[in-house]
Amino acid sequence: MAEDATYEKFRNCAVEVLQVTAEKVVPEARFDNDLDADSLDLVEFVMALEETFDITVDESELDGVETVGQAYELVTSKI
Amino acid sequence: MAAGVVKRRVVVTGIGVVSCCGIGADAFFEGLSHSLGDAPRTVDDFDPANYFEPKEARQTDRFAQFSLASAQMALDDAGELGSDPARSGVIYATGVGGLETLQEQIAVLIGKGPRRVSPRLVPMMMANAGAAAISMRFGFQGPCETVVTACASGTHAIGNAARLIAYGRCDVVISGGAEAAMTPTGELPAIGTAAFGNMTALSSSGWSRPFDSRRDGFVLAEGGAAVVLEEYEHAKARGAHIYAEVLGSASTADAYHITAPLPGGEGARSCMELALDDAGITAADVAHINAHGTSTGLNDLAEAQAITKLFGTPSPPVTSIKGVTGHSLGAAGAIEAVAVCLTLERGLIPPTIGLEEQDPEITIDVVTGESRPFTPGPVLSNSFGFGGHNGCLVLGPVAP
Repeated sequence: MAEDATYEKFRNCAVEVLQVTAEKVVPEARFDNDLDADSLDLVEFVMALEETFDITVDESELDGVETVGQAYELVTSKI
Repeated sequence: MAAGVVKRRVVVTGIGVVSCCGIGADAFFEGLSHSLGDAPRTVDDFDPANYFEPKEARQTDRFAQFSLASAQMALDDAGELGSDPARSGVIYATGVGGLETLQEQIAVLIGKGPRRVSPRLVPMMMANAGAAAISMRFGFQGPCETVVTACASGTHAIGNAARLIAYGRCDVVISGGAEAAMTPTGELPAIGTAAFGNMTALSSSGWSRPFDSRRDGFVLAEGGAAVVLEEYEHAKARGAHIYAEVLGSASTADAYHITAPLPGGEGARSCMELALDDAGITAADVAHINAHGTSTGLNDLAEAQAITKLFGTPSPPVTSIKGVTGHSLGAAGAIEAVAVCLTLERGLIPPTIGLEEQDPEITIDVVTGESRPFTPGPVLSNSFGFGGHNGCLVLGPVAP
């Protein structure tokens, strides 16, 4: 249940920043192809996550993060 | 121009306008005859959703939204251009660029620190964001540049754009200007309004009264306007509707003071004269002048003196649409160029709304009250900007 609430907050950030529908924010969705997000969108998304979850994500930690699932994993590892 | 260079003819084949007195040509021209009193000159009816996907709208400052919206309207109006993308350009104007975004992000910087400043700040605030948005949307791959000369920007942009066609670099150029420097962000009032107000350039009454004895400064406005400029034979070959021909233009600097015009309007006079030379006409040929006419004490007197010096008395009929539109800075020249296109097409000079008691020191013939019918001929459009920038454009009916 706690995880669901966390995912919902995570998903809201994606919906708000990337302007996509909630249904598109699924673990296997790729930021570039499925969510039409460019590099600046990702920076904005990470900033929103940092703010929402009160975490800090270094740029280097984003290497290899290409899907929603990977990003969510990164976030949950920090809270 | 250099001897031996044959200039190609340039015509206006599409217009678009986003103004506080109307969005789109018909509403705008109709709006020019009705006073807005002391109402703020904001474009309240503008809906970005008509021109942008939600994400794009969020990533585009209001000034660039006006840029793209006006360009979209002008290109829709022009119809199928069929031009080579490599020979199609964008020369657009703004006075200050994305001030709203800058103000918003400075508030973020102060409130939340540098790590929260948006990565979109630079691409949103940069003055060339409007021109860039237009080239990307429409695939124009020729020159894509932004002219920043304060309140003369819009006029200079159109003059420069016309030269790209006249000298053979482009066949089509979308030109114009946009400004949105009066949007409050959150609880903060707009920094643009505060700054212009403290210069004592703004009207304290909120009334724009060009050439009136009671004028007390300009009324800040936002908006945008675009023209599609096209090489004459190119336009004719595709059966395009032609609003006007760009007969000539001029650009000069006072080299005098950052905000005050040269006394006696000498800068304005010499620039108007150069524009007439460029058009190959004389003062006697000018059928109408669309003045800069900001409603400030200094500008209106200097401009009127310059007109009297060059044209004598009586002057050609003069109007300032800023009585209605207010002063939209880098957009103003473009909005006025669109007004001139419609003036020529309809044979009607819109009145200078707000002018009730003409300053006795100003002896030019100002159109007041209601629109005045005229026989279309060359029309001079003036713009003068802080920094001492002077811009004049000559538009006229296209000769058969």
